Amino acid sequence: MKQIEVTLNVNGKDTTLTIPPRMSLVDCLRDMLRLTGTHVGCEHGVCGACSVFFDDEPIRSCLMFAVQAEGHKITTVEGLLNDDGSLSDLQDSFWECHAMQCGYCTPGMLVASEALLAENSNPNEDDIREAISGNLCRCTGYQQIVEAVQMTAKHRREGAAHG
Amino acid sequence: MKAAAFDYVRASSVDEICRLLADAGDEERKIIAGGQTLVPLMAMRMARPDMLIDINDVTDLAGIHDRGDHVVFGAGTRQRAIERSDVVSDRLPLVAKAVRNVGHQQTRNRGTIGGSIVHGDPSAELPMAALALEATMILRTVSGETEMAFDGFFEAAMVTNIEPEQLLTEIRIPVWQDARIGTGFHETSSRQGDFAIVAVAAQLALAEDDTIVRAAISVGGAAPSPVKLHALEAALIGKSAEALDSAIALVDEEIDPDTDVHATADYRRRVTRKLVSRAIDDALAEAAK
Repeated sequence: MKQIEVTLNVNGKDTTLTIPPRMSLVDCLRDMLRLTGTHVGCEHGVCGACSVFFDDEPIRSCLMFAVQAEGHKITTVEGLLNDDGSLSDLQDSFWECHAMQCGYCTPGMLVASEALLAENSNPNEDDIREAISGNLCRCTGYQQIVEAVQMTAKHRREGAAHG
Repeated sequence: MKAAAFDYVRASSVDEICRLLADAGDEERKIIAGGQTLVPLMAMRMARPDMLIDINDVTDLAGIHDRGDHVVFGAGTRQRAIERSDVVSDRLPLVAKAVRNVGHQQTRNRGTIGGSIVHGDPSAELPMAALALEATMILRTVSGETEMAFDGFFEAAMVTNIEPEQLLTEIRIPVWQDARIGTGFHETSSRQGDFAIVAVAAQLALAEDDTIVRAAISVGGAAPSPVKLHALEAALIGKSAEALDSAIALVDEEIDPDTDVHATADYRRRVTRKLVSRAIDDALAEAAK
């Protein structure tokens, strides 16, 4: 089974790699590109820890082979940081609300929440719980995650109002 | 859990895909679109194809088109596109309700209607809705196309009547022209968006006097493959909301649930009866509006 040369666009940067087709996107991100912010949990599409943006839509990177991502835009949790490398407002709210215990689900929760906020600037609790329903938190920290998303939404609305 | 090694081809046309399937010889060649069913099967080594043919670049295979008496879905249409489609919410309200129960945002962004159908998961929502509405599918090979009914396509859990050289290109779902239509979709699962333990899809049409003139009802998770409840559908014709109990009792004879780690067969029977009743109630209320 031959290896394939692909160019992947991750967090705005192109990298050319030679990889076997069976390598999942999450393994490629972590092992080849050393972007270990994206976590790998169940490896069969149940836990959501490996969520990344694929052409600006959240997907599970364990359910895609890296060779399939050529020609598309990937954004990982590292790509959510502000340009100066500081935490984004959503990441900051997770910090403020203590929206994690062990941190394993956090990158996936951040991606799922950011995807929701991009579509809905004022989500209610049901909207947030629906958006993160594909992400398992084994520490049962969902309540603080919901609060962190609500806090970010509020800050963004206030920021927009004060222009 | 890593997939076994395979060769990878990114196809650029329907003809190329059909040729690759026809030339497989002793190899197992599988189509990959969204990968939301196939990739877990490969990770668990329940599927070990020699070659994956990626059809995501073939834009002809995706899209939703209103054709008057039916809506055509390209097999590669994402579940997310169906969820966001005005054609679907206007013309196929049952499909619109069903798709909201399919997986999570991350999986709907990749998963396709065709993939849901060809893999034959017993609890998948879109195949159930398509089966209820007597949809057909177009299967393509190098030598041409055939149109196939949904009824009879699902053989057993994860087994469907698609031949290795066939490519599913289109799904055609009929649009009812009746004036008063209502739909209901109910599902129970252990977590929002998880695989359904039992799911029921119902669409009814009412006459002016509020009796049922047309019924389409299917259930998932209550047999090795999705089931269209023909006896129940027939028994509902001519009935009104007050006289449905004896008809709903017919459900028991048409299902064949199994016990598994999620639920017992008896629980599935009870839940099926209840969800059928709720889906019919919703459909009646909506049609009467």
